[in-house]
Amino acid sequence: MEPIIHIDQIHKYFGHVHALRGVSLDIYKGEVVVVIGPSGSGKSTLLRCINRLEEFDQGQIVVDGITLDSAENINAVRTEVGMVFQQFNLFPHLSVLENVTLAQTVVRKRNAAEAKKTGMQLLEKVGIPEKAHVYPLQLSGGQQQRVAIARALAMNPKIMLFDEPTSALDPEMIQEVLDVMMALAKEGMTMVVVSHEMGFARAAANRAILMDEGQIIEEAPPNVLFTNPTHERTKLFLSKVLS
Amino acid sequence: MVSSNDLSGSKTNTQNKKSFYFDRWWLLLFAVIVIILLLIIFKPDPFRRILFFVSDGIGVTIYTTLVSFILVLIFGLVAGLGRISKNPILNGAATVYVELVRGIPLLVQLMFWYFAFPSVIQSLGKFLSFEALSSYRANPILMAIIGLTFCYAAYMSEVYRAGIQSISKGQMEAARSLGMNYFQSMRFIILPQAIRVILPPVGNEFITLLKDSSLVSVVAVADITRRGREFMAANFIPIQTWVMVALLYLVLTLFSARIVTWIERKTKLER
Ligand SMILES: Nc1ncnc2c1ncn2[C@@H]1O[C@H](COP(=O)(O)OP(=O)(O)OP(=O)(O)O)[C@@H](O)[C@H]1O
Ligand SMILES: [Mg+2]
Repeated sequence: MEPIIHIDQIHKYFGHVHALRGVSLDIYKGEVVVVIGPSGSGKSTLLRCINRLEEFDQGQIVVDGITLDSAENINAVRTEVGMVFQQFNLFPHLSVLENVTLAQTVVRKRNAAEAKKTGMQLLEKVGIPEKAHVYPLQLSGGQQQRVAIARALAMNPKIMLFDEPTSALDPEMIQEVLDVMMALAKEGMTMVVVSHEMGFARAAANRAILMDEGQIIEEAPPNVLFTNPTHERTKLFLSKVLS
Repeated sequence: MVSSNDLSGSKTNTQNKKSFYFDRWWLLLFAVIVIILLLIIFKPDPFRRILFFVSDGIGVTIYTTLVSFILVLIFGLVAGLGRISKNPILNGAATVYVELVRGIPLLVQLMFWYFAFPSVIQSLGKFLSFEALSSYRANPILMAIIGLTFCYAAYMSEVYRAGIQSISKGQMEAARSLGMNYFQSMRFIILPQAIRVILPPVGNEFITLLKDSSLVSVVAVADITRRGREFMAANFIPIQTWVMVALLYLVLTLFSARIVTWIERKTKLER
């Protein structure tokens, strides 16, 4: 079977910082992959290379059969890949519903009624249809992040990328976001999740990956990686996170 | 019954009070208008004569300012996008333009457009022996509008640049990650937010432009200032003439300032 995301030996430099040092990774349709690792290890950079928010310097990424090279390809890939950010990045000048419908009408060229219907269904799905007409800044962090997930889903992506979706949230709001992500995983969405939520990783992920200093150090099913890591660096990292 | 009526009555009243807001600076504008009226009623000679004489300049000043300003909004945005572009050619061109224009006095630029630029065109026409160019005559108002636009678009580009850069990078990234291209992201996400930020400085630019438009009087445009000079040259009453001209500019600038404040309040209330 062809992987839906094929990452081949990519390197990324920020000036003198060698942020990704030859990362290769294949992700298959329906897989949920959790990426962990210390701060600055390149987790966000890897995620952002997949939808080309970041350009990389060497190597190749193929998403759903499309090689990321030209500008048209990049927009084609971006419509297939949804992204959820740590800081939500909702559009503050648009209502919750407009946040979810805008790209549908502008990019997918759906008509307003259709976009609205999809938008309401998705708000239903993430559990806040009653907030459709308020503005994002009037919502709690957990609600905002759920809207952000709905906004990404509205494009009917084949892949969802999550960059620390719960680390900007108050503890009592983390679970409501994880629940939405869990439901998505159960439906068979392909997901790449940067998160240190071990409970979510154990329950939802097929694979967990440890990155350090721009490289993938170890990959294994989450239970194995978390309880029985083989590499010293993984052990060291886990002891810090779990303590 | 009566008390409940009272209640609902007082409720709508307080709501009205909240949404109704009177900007007291309107009074200053009215005061200036009243002074003008008093002068032309009680001292028609010379004030009514001055007003009649310069009145056709009012339209010219407003027209020149408004047309220039609309062009400034458009070309300023183009230059501002150039200034934030990662493309070195666009960025370099926009930066050179802004730096050069900001380093040359507006009056000198207006002189160039009215006196030098047509000569350049004529010489070019002679060189190419192209009749339409060699017999080129400058239209004063057109040249004034080009000159004001060329200069103010550079200033405005900096206003746009600052406004766009004040919007967090995450907004652009979220828009792009949804598959919107650069222009769609600008149009639907960045600019609507930036506009709220730049409205006050844009309003200031408008008022400054309105006042600087008086410089076009030296390049043959019959605006308020030029008409004032003409009146003075014929009648030798400098004090009255320039008081009247100043009052007329005040009406325009104070009125514009109120409109800017009104638009600012309106865009805030929409949220
Ligand atoms: N825009 C940038 N400019 C310069 N350096 C950057 C930029 N983005 C990331 N880096 C650097 O690249 C390296 C990898 O950063 P990255 O954000 O991918 O790490 P991370 O694993 O996501 O860390 P965190 O857990 O803190 O989010 C770091 O050394 C970081 O300082
Ligand atoms: Mg990160």
